[in-house]
Amino acid sequence: MDEIRLIEVKEDILADNTALAEELRNRFSDAGVFMMNLMSSPGSGKTSIILNTIRALKDEFRIGVIEGDIDSMVDAETVAREGVTAVQLRTGGFCHLDVPMVSQGLAAMDLDTLDFIIIENVGNLVCPAEFDTGATMNAMILSIPEGDDKPLKYPLMFSICDVLLVNKIDYLAHEDFDLEAMRERVFNLNPDITIIETSCKTGEGLDQWTGWLRKRIASIRRNA
Amino acid sequence: MHELPVTESILNVALKHAQANGVRKIVTISLRIGELSDLVDEWVQRYFDYLSKGTIAEGATLDIERSPVVFQCKGCGASFQVDIKAVKEVVCPECGGKKHDLVSGREFFIKNIAVV
Repeated sequence: MDEIRLIEVKEDILADNTALAEELRNRFSDAGVFMMNLMSSPGSGKTSIILNTIRALKDEFRIGVIEGDIDSMVDAETVAREGVTAVQLRTGGFCHLDVPMVSQGLAAMDLDTLDFIIIENVGNLVCPAEFDTGATMNAMILSIPEGDDKPLKYPLMFSICDVLLVNKIDYLAHEDFDLEAMRERVFNLNPDITIIETSCKTGEGLDQWTGWLRKRIASIRRNA
Repeated sequence: MHELPVTESILNVALKHAQANGVRKIVTISLRIGELSDLVDEWVQRYFDYLSKGTIAEGATLDIERSPVVFQCKGCGASFQVDIKAVKEVVCPECGGKKHDLVSGREFFIKNIAVV
């Protein structure tokens, strides 16, 4: 009988993807392109937020959208009607996007003609949090009907995001949602996160959101 | 939820190291996965059994060690462990501070493989 021996591996399973993500970030930073990775549960208003963001910023920036949601072609078509470049990824039922998948989308775009790229990640709060997409910034949406306990249930997602949009804020009056408790839970996981309350129905907070975003896109372009 | 792609990576990394070392069979793969990950050990093993069929890793056992969620307090620098799903608030046990950096809990690390 052969003897069992140990081979030291010491390799991070996600290391490949993380290294590719750093490469992509450097490329974007040199080119002055800002890429936002937008994550949320299904039905939180991701497409509405994207459409409102495009409407507010399309006169200042050249925008592209990578649609990763498994839903259908509907999202890419809706977005394309706003006159921006949209690419629908076929994720084949994958639960998240990673750098190789995002790169496929980027290959279908001309980066020299873009300032701002939005990735609509697959709708769930678990898997997309584990995989770096190479984005300049991670953003997430939590909508009021989902409940104030989500930071407790999906801590990783809340800890990796730079900004949290608390969407459908107009529902607050009808829901048993403790806004203060939610904010405290989020800040416990991620003290540096920016929280903005929004509603695509009433328009509340959208100027604050697009203003916040505008500054960041402009600063990447200035430094390129 | 994403056990399948993660399992595929585990298998590929293990096979790469086995081939580089002229191994006949992989018996055990030892992993360290952070508590913040939602991977279910049992499912990782089942996917692994499926994916590894016909390779030298067929029949190998995955030995998964969970590494705890550890924060370092931004105020006093103390490191402390937290059962993240059981607490409502992360507070530094030394100074009561509420601002911390995550030190561990996100790993997906292959430690070693036992081979013949």
